[in-house]
Amino acid sequence: MILLSTIRRILTQLRHDPRTIALIVVVPTLLITLMYFMYDGQPRVFDRVALTMLGIFPFIVMFLITSIAMLRERANGTLERLFTTPVGKLDLLFGYGLAFGGAAAVQAAVAAGFAYWALGMSAAGGLGLVVLIAVANAVLGVALGLLCSAFARTEFQAVQFMPLVVAPQLLLCGLFVPRERMVGWLQGVSDVLPMSYSVQALTEVGSHPDPTGTMWRDLGVVLGAIIVALAVGAATLRRRTP
Amino acid sequence: MDTAIEVTGLVVRRGKRAVLDGFTCAVPRGSVTGLLGPSGSGKTTLMRTVVGVQVVTSGTVTVLGSPAGSPALRSKIGYLTQAPSIYADLTVRENARYFASLYRLGASAADEAIETVGLTRAAHQLVADLSGGQRSRASLACAIVSRPEILVLDEPTVGQDPLLRDELWAHFRRMAADGATVLVSSHVMDEANRCDRLLLIREGVLIADDTPAAVKKAAGSDDLDQAFLNLIRAHEKVPA
Repeated sequence: MILLSTIRRILTQLRHDPRTIALIVVVPTLLITLMYFMYDGQPRVFDRVALTMLGIFPFIVMFLITSIAMLRERANGTLERLFTTPVGKLDLLFGYGLAFGGAAAVQAAVAAGFAYWALGMSAAGGLGLVVLIAVANAVLGVALGLLCSAFARTEFQAVQFMPLVVAPQLLLCGLFVPRERMVGWLQGVSDVLPMSYSVQALTEVGSHPDPTGTMWRDLGVVLGAIIVALAVGAATLRRRTP
Repeated sequence: MDTAIEVTGLVVRRGKRAVLDGFTCAVPRGSVTGLLGPSGSGKTTLMRTVVGVQVVTSGTVTVLGSPAGSPALRSKIGYLTQAPSIYADLTVRENARYFASLYRLGASAADEAIETVGLTRAAHQLVADLSGGQRSRASLACAIVSRPEILVLDEPTVGQDPLLRDELWAHFRRMAADGATVLVSSHVMDEANRCDRLLLIREGVLIADDTPAAVKKAAGSDDLDQAFLNLIRAHEKVPA
């Protein structure tokens, strides 16, 4: 099956690059440890910030990795060559989504597990849901990365999309200023940015022992955003180029 | 004569420039057809059109009876791009196996293709660690792995040593003898002599379409290099 062998190919590429694997697995854990010491003596603030960051790291990392990986496919000519073979666009898009989604699951599980057991982060709803939302956020990063790579001709441009796509979501997701305290139009912008929903979902998990309706709705919004991004990504991916 | 690739009135514009300008040619099935011309003459664009990844302004390109780029053709075409287009962070075997899997073929097809291009001993090496010539052979292995009916090769022998070039050409001839249609671009004239037919292209226009012997006869020279120079000069004197 073409999708499966594409996933295997992408993971094999990753396997040949141990440094990238190490960065994927270790960096979020290191940063969360850094926060642990920053918020020394304020365990409640640490809980809130760490939970939010567990959703944001996989998003940023996977967005960057995906847009660069896809750009390399274009620049190396492998994308053009693949389009002369029976590969479907969806094989490629889902191949990247599932392969990097798997990598993100490992990343999120390690970071969340470390924060929970070693740093004493508390999440009332349990680690499983934290990881689930983090992975959904990572796949959102993959989907947006695939989409943005269509608009970047060079690595320089691709890297510039990171602040453009990530920074507004990071600033408006409720981490720095609670969303309900933003001026009306900013709240409106925040309402259409998918990361606002994943951060809200993580906050729900942090404060409720059982999954809440709001959490499921937020997770649904994130999944919807993934599907829209992949669909638009498939539409911008052209078998024929000038 | 059975035609595998038929190009009629093909126009491809890039910006304001016409890369191919009313190009018409036919490639017979089961032949090795050489595509020759200076760099920038439109060879790669013509090949991209045949494999169905080029945006076409006007004209028709028919491959095995279907419009170029049809989904049904994708399992019948092998395409070698000029720059090696394989994954540098995979081994030769991993690359070949991935491309084999796209045609629902297994590891044995991949290993066979690797052997054909003489890379069996380097099969476990990462492509990034190979020499330039080895890389383009690894890329060739991925193009022939499906034993395609139509094989489109953009400068397949650049950077290869003479012995290997000879072997590769013998292989192309064998594939054609088995019924495949091989369209190969080159700028090495002794290779042109090994083709069944030659297409000479200059500035997007076809200026010769014949057997090597007939091309030489028409140009009044036994040397293909000289023959092409003569043809180009003759073409420039007669305004199209």
